[in-house]
Amino acid sequence: MQLDLVTSLYVFLLAAFIGFEVIRRVSPLLHTPLMSLTNALDAIAVVGAIILAGEGRSNMAKILGTIAIIAATSNIVGGFMITDRMLKMFKASGPRKP
Amino acid sequence: MFASENILEITYLIATALFVLSLKWLSSPITARRGVWAGEVGMLLAIAGTLLHKGIVDYRWIAIGLVLGTIIGVPLGRVAMTAVPQRTALSHAFGALCVTLVGTAEFYLRAPNVPQFMMGVLSLEVILGSLTFTGSLMAAGKLQEVLPQRPITYKGQNLVNLALLAVAIGIGVALVMHPDKTYLFPFMIGIPLAFGVMMIVPIGGADMPTVISLLNSYAGLSAAAMGFVLGSKLLIVAGALDGASGFILSVNMSKAMNRSFTNVLFGAFGQEQVTVAGTTETRPVRSASPEEAAGILAAASKVVIVPGYGMAVAQAQHKVRELYDALTKRGVDVKFGIHPVAGRMPGHMNVLLAEADIPYDKLLEMDDINGDFPQTDVALIIGANDVTNPAAREDQGSPIYGMPILDVDKAHTVMVIKRSMGAGFAGIENPLYYMDRTLMLFGDAKNFVGSIVRELSGGHS
Repeated sequence: MQLDLVTSLYVFLLAAFIGFEVIRRVSPLLHTPLMSLTNALDAIAVVGAIILAGEGRSNMAKILGTIAIIAATSNIVGGFMITDRMLKMFKASGPRKP
Repeated sequence: MFASENILEITYLIATALFVLSLKWLSSPITARRGVWAGEVGMLLAIAGTLLHKGIVDYRWIAIGLVLGTIIGVPLGRVAMTAVPQRTALSHAFGALCVTLVGTAEFYLRAPNVPQFMMGVLSLEVILGSLTFTGSLMAAGKLQEVLPQRPITYKGQNLVNLALLAVAIGIGVALVMHPDKTYLFPFMIGIPLAFGVMMIVPIGGADMPTVISLLNSYAGLSAAAMGFVLGSKLLIVAGALDGASGFILSVNMSKAMNRSFTNVLFGAFGQEQVTVAGTTETRPVRSASPEEAAGILAAASKVVIVPGYGMAVAQAQHKVRELYDALTKRGVDVKFGIHPVAGRMPGHMNVLLAEADIPYDKLLEMDDINGDFPQTDVALIIGANDVTNPAAREDQGSPIYGMPILDVDKAHTVMVIKRSMGAGFAGIENPLYYMDRTLMLFGDAKNFVGSIVRELSGGHS
């Protein structure tokens, strides 16, 4: 499946606008988790690496694809884990548990 | 179109929606964890859908990659909160590595018949990917202190860097014109790799929040470019979201440090530090003991604590939380004023304080707390310096003039916990310390706060 330049640019443009509007509303309180979360989401690049390693069109594609999968997967696993760990720590004031 | 293709496209569509929702839910700490969940579900769907892709003939390498990636990822998800900045820089490097490797493989699979449009975005992908890879590794090394944190500068540095970048872009353009000249491709990777190193060499520790944000933006843009190459809308969207996020954070950080945006875009950091030569002040300062400090704090009704990176270095956040508890128990209203560049990455200070169990509704941003200082009895500064320097507001000759600061000097009493009278990272004198209503509390942050807490709990109650 191949997209043409114009369609790709439309998708990029709209996503960038949505990104700006959504992320502008993220409280500065959560900017560190924001960065680790977007980093994990960005690792969706793993799908490209999976196809590269799995289709096996050349040995180089297999090797580079596999290393790329390792890099992206570590971002997915580590990124979601640390984001959740950080967010768990944010508690509102109120009656403190004993 | 085959049915399985449709199913794959639909899983990608759902994943795209979940990714946007994920960031939307991050807008408030109440819904934020749902955001992580949405992101995880979207990610699983997209990966599962891809694994069913009909073109995949060999699953062995994929399995090895996923298993090894998980083995590396788990410890990276468990690092200490103080180490989050270097972990983040490292993950930018991994993301960029993935994008660069996929781009490289795609080029050699397609060469010499690469359409011009595709070669253009492929060049962008590989150039941004490689420079982000080495740049982020350098940043992670400096943050982890395995590399010297001191900025290394030399004459004509910007010229060299710009020339490197220009050559890389030139090669990219040449490849767009003549995609059959495959021997050019390794240079299009190698030169940006070198540029990434050179770009971070002149940057000091205090500029890291801006640098990490900028690298975040580059990583996102390179992933979006990869989406263009592979024709993946999902990847374009994820890359655009990441790029936008990094861009917004970079702008925030550059505003908070009073740098122009072009200054940030061209990576020209850490060069305004013209050390003020030998003007060490000999004016007297007033200092106080933990007992005196405890007495003043106990008598206050409104206290604002301003933490800086020094607090984290001294590992004082848990003692600060005890101080918060002791004062709150006495009915003192305690809030925290957080400067945007406090810490080593955007929002880092909030995470460190949240880890110490300080409620997030007590952590206020600079713009929200600044109006409160004139009605504040005590402003207690722990490990922060330049972000409280009134010279940024008043002294046009000061190197940090124009930088937005926390107006602690407007509080009735200012207390500063500090090891000695040495100047801050920028080597700039802070007139705050010589004010009549300022008390200097000399000592290690952790010990000093601990002594105040002992006084407060042992003294009267």
